[in-house]
Amino acid sequence: MSRRAFDPFWLVLGLITGSYLLFWLGLLGAAAVHSSPHDLWHALQTREIRYAIGLSLVTCTLTAVLSLLLALPVGYLLARGRFPGRAWLDAALDIPIVLPPMVVGLCLLIFFQTVVGHLIERVMPFTYTVAGVVLAQFVIGAAFAVRTMRGTFEHLSERPENVALTLGCTRARAVWLVTVPAARRGMFAAASIAWARSLGEFGPILVFAGATRMKTEVLPTSVWLELSVGNLEAAIAVSLVMVALAIVVLASVRLLGERV
Amino acid sequence: MIHCDHIAWQAGTFALNNISFTVPAGSYGVLMGRTGGGKTSLLEIICGLRQPTAGEVWLGERRVTQLAPGERGLGYVPQDGALFPTMTVREHLGFALRVRRRPASEIALRVVELAQPLGIAALLDRLPTGLSGGERQRVALGRALAARPQVLLLDEPLSALDDDTREPLAELLHRVQRESAVTVLHVTHHRSEAARLADVLFRLEAGRVVESPLTHSVYV
Repeated sequence: MSRRAFDPFWLVLGLITGSYLLFWLGLLGAAAVHSSPHDLWHALQTREIRYAIGLSLVTCTLTAVLSLLLALPVGYLLARGRFPGRAWLDAALDIPIVLPPMVVGLCLLIFFQTVVGHLIERVMPFTYTVAGVVLAQFVIGAAFAVRTMRGTFEHLSERPENVALTLGCTRARAVWLVTVPAARRGMFAAASIAWARSLGEFGPILVFAGATRMKTEVLPTSVWLELSVGNLEAAIAVSLVMVALAIVVLASVRLLGERV
Repeated sequence: MIHCDHIAWQAGTFALNNISFTVPAGSYGVLMGRTGGGKTSLLEIICGLRQPTAGEVWLGERRVTQLAPGERGLGYVPQDGALFPTMTVREHLGFALRVRRRPASEIALRVVELAQPLGIAALLDRLPTGLSGGERQRVALGRALAARPQVLLLDEPLSALDDDTREPLAELLHRVQRESAVTVLHVTHHRSEAARLADVLFRLEAGRVVESPLTHSVYV
């Protein structure tokens, strides 16, 4: 039996990938060994950090659901719609991704100082509130979810949906009965990406929702607040909690994504 | 009856012009033409999935050109079946009746009625993944026939099948058409299929449809 000749091409690619992975593991390892289990446990016992964990989980989940609700129709429109200005709309929807996060927060803050913003806040206050945290996360998380759903719909054949039209469906019903169920993996991925992106969101939340303890403090805010008072151990402990949550989300996406 | 009356359609540099032909009611019409010649586009115009730039489509006594695809009372089997990836075979067969909000008992009865003659009764709880090419086409055919359409449009239904599967499915198409008296327009680029099935034969050449004489006795 002949063996394939050794190809250094794959070795080089493997070395590059391994180096990158090692670098990341080194960063996480350095943070982990800098903190002790006692510090981690102590940090997790504080009322403020437990509140921040709870608020992060709730707001990220709300943001993921809202992002998915927006990404479904917008992603479908971008993937299947044929209309003038489609390329411009596509580019415009990427703006939250490329804007510096602080600028997104500043834009939100300024918008809610306008007449329209004041009218909205009469019904539901956003500035320096938990709703503001969700909105700041949503502005960026939704942009990533839209990208994912657009890609999902582009990869799904349009033909089953067209057959459903000939069988008596309206376009909306054909999409609902045929295309949306077929897009469930993409929906799961879109919600997961929005959730994970929201977990790490800091700049827009700081500017728009503030960093008030026991009110608008989410996990990235906790890291910043602890660092600002020189409590490095607590900052590291909170960071490790975020790393653990990120790993759980990544693992869930991989495991559940295969089954959905 | 399927009647296309001076249909025109254009996409970029490709055009169909002055397409006129009639498949008489209860007949098996076959439309032949080269790959890329516009056969599928013509079927999609009849379905209502594409809008012609000129001309009219008649199905039976109804002018359907402006009707939505679902209002035309036809069944459509696209190339490779285009099955719904998340639905079982049973759900495929019941889909058209479910959309029409028919009672569950009626849907269940119709599923059994369709599955037996199509030879897919053992597959009812299977998803499309893992079905063979022939099985997929049978499911797509059953799905198209479920609401008892007057017109059945078939887009190269036998092209992707191997020789062993093609002949039984051709026989099935013939039998279904004779038993249900549905008017069929079957698109293909295979002469043998046309000779095997056609009551009336058309050719799509250079953007126009011409009726062609049958060169073989179709059924012995």
